[in-house]
Amino acid sequence: AGPGAPAAQLRQPPGGSPPPPGGGTGAPSGRRGCREGHGAGGSQSHPRRGESPAERGAGGQAWAARGGPHGRGVAPTASPRLRAEADSVEWEGRSLLKALVKKSALRGEQVHVLGCEVSEEEFREGFDSNINSRLVYHDLFRDPLSWSKPGKALPGGPLEALRALDKRTVSGPATIALDSLSWLLHHLPCPTLCQTLHALSRQDSCPGDTPPGEQVRVLGLLHEELHGPGPLGALSSLAQTEVTLSGMMGQASAQILCRRPRQRPTHQTQWFSILPDFSLELQAEPPLESQPRSDPHTPSVDPTTHLTFNLHLSKKEREAKDSLTLPFQFSSEKQQALLRPGLGQATSHIFYEPDAYDDLDQEDPDDDLDV
Amino acid sequence: ATLVRVQRGGSPSAQTEGKLTLLCDAKTDGSFLVHHFLSFYLKANCKVCLVALIQSFSHYNIVGQKLGVSLTAARERGQLVVLEGLKSGVDVFFRPREEPHPLQFLREANAGDLQPLYAFVRDALQPVDSGEAAWRCPVLLVDDLSVLLSLGVGPVAVLDFVHYCRATVCQEWKGNVVCLVHDSGDTEDEESDVLLNGLSHQSHLILRAEGLATGFCKDVHGQLRILWRRPLQPTTHRDRSLTYQYKIQDKSVSFFAKGMSPAVL
Repeated sequence: AGPGAPAAQLRQPPGGSPPPPGGGTGAPSGRRGCREGHGAGGSQSHPRRGESPAERGAGGQAWAARGGPHGRGVAPTASPRLRAEADSVEWEGRSLLKALVKKSALRGEQVHVLGCEVSEEEFREGFDSNINSRLVYHDLFRDPLSWSKPGKALPGGPLEALRALDKRTVSGPATIALDSLSWLLHHLPCPTLCQTLHALSRQDSCPGDTPPGEQVRVLGLLHEELHGPGPLGALSSLAQTEVTLSGMMGQASAQILCRRPRQRPTHQTQWFSILPDFSLELQAEPPLESQPRSDPHTPSVDPTTHLTFNLHLSKKEREAKDSLTLPFQFSSEKQQALLRPGLGQATSHIFYEPDAYDDLDQEDPDDDLDV
Repeated sequence: ATLVRVQRGGSPSAQTEGKLTLLCDAKTDGSFLVHHFLSFYLKANCKVCLVALIQSFSHYNIVGQKLGVSLTAARERGQLVVLEGLKSGVDVFFRPREEPHPLQFLREANAGDLQPLYAFVRDALQPVDSGEAAWRCPVLLVDDLSVLLSLGVGPVAVLDFVHYCRATVCQEWKGNVVCLVHDSGDTEDEESDVLLNGLSHQSHLILRAEGLATGFCKDVHGQLRILWRRPLQPTTHRDRSLTYQYKIQDKSVSFFAKGMSPAVL
């Protein structure tokens, strides 16, 4: 397929400017199902490689590669693509989302949060003023569907609010956090949402416009159990990195699936915990054989108290119990007794008292058998 | 242990205000939890709005009397507002169409959203700045949400209704919302699962009443799992979940640790 052929409808950047000669704008090739994009630096003249200029020079460094299990910290991807975080009721994902938001803010970036599920107050809780000043909260929580009389809603509803997070509002190195993608999926048709997300993450695809350092990262929180396989699959194909949260015995883990352009997807499991100030701490894998420690908060209950019968033994009773020989225990005394049967041991007698109805017949009933 | 103590607080305090508590039952009847919360909040002097879609008012009144509150008296003094679904559901059809009714969706061909119901709740619990004795935090009790699915409302519409109740009652007025929902369990009811999971993600506290895995027992009626879902600080998972078994008696419910029922020891 020549450079002009694949996925023609996606090549146009939102601004409408024509694609540059000698390469596409990094439109994903729908036919091959993988992402086109070259990370190693600007050979824009090559006719066959569709480049996403936003990835040019980024080195394609994935989130998993730099952070890693060595505990040196999480380095987020420099690609503008979507990172989807899938949580469940058991293992909630908002703390991780907040931890990633905090990391972005600490790097000096602006963070735009489209908040649908929690109030601004609740989202900002736990962040210090340094982070809060970099956080812009677009409130879709209070009145998303315009039900309130004096309308407190963002104009245009959820779709417009999402589309508004484009170049006009978000510029420079920034992070957009969507809390949550599930809410958006419930209220917008899936294709519309996917197109809008795609447009969001490709906004600075005009060549030469944005230097590689200034890119927009999109983080989305998704509640896995609320959606069928179709929408989940659509969103995961949009995302470059997918983080699925689970855990074992109180320790949270993240399964990270990273699809780098033109490379095989990498899969990694990372154990982590989130500290009260929303810093992310990476941990080594807990040993499989660890015993669950008894909970120090609940006192262990003795089941033998408050009973109507006595289960305890006194000292004398215990001694008597220990010294008792069991009747069928084959001790050496018994062995000797059996080996010398005649000595003082009477043979066993059977005492039989027939009662009135017994019919004692001295004849042998088997006599007439011709055997 | 009584349920109140188990929830770490004898009365609604600052820590327990502004919360959505989800009551969920699986293979058993969890309505005893609704009666508990109703009497608990009435005794704590809160303004309560009860959306009673399953039972009649007199049913709640009778059980309430056993638990020590009089619902009729509470209603008369303005502390309790009740929407009796069974009675007013019929009214929808006998009223002129222009008058908004909380259960308006019953009349529509495709049950739209629950905005009229939300408007009813908002008007009932709106804090009034009058000179009278102020009630404590407003409380919304819904019994139950699963029946709305049976009446044709979509799960997303029910989730939106709960979202708005949370935004207004919990966030704005620092009140509490308690909803009962049924877990369909093994029956593959997608809508019920979406509703239950969606509500679980929105809730701060989940109380799940389950029947015993081995079946019906005279002395242990079921087990109650308590899951704190949105703690203020991220804590380890283990601290957030507790399980108790219970037995419902005439005037109370007794709770005990698993396997420790007095009848089986």
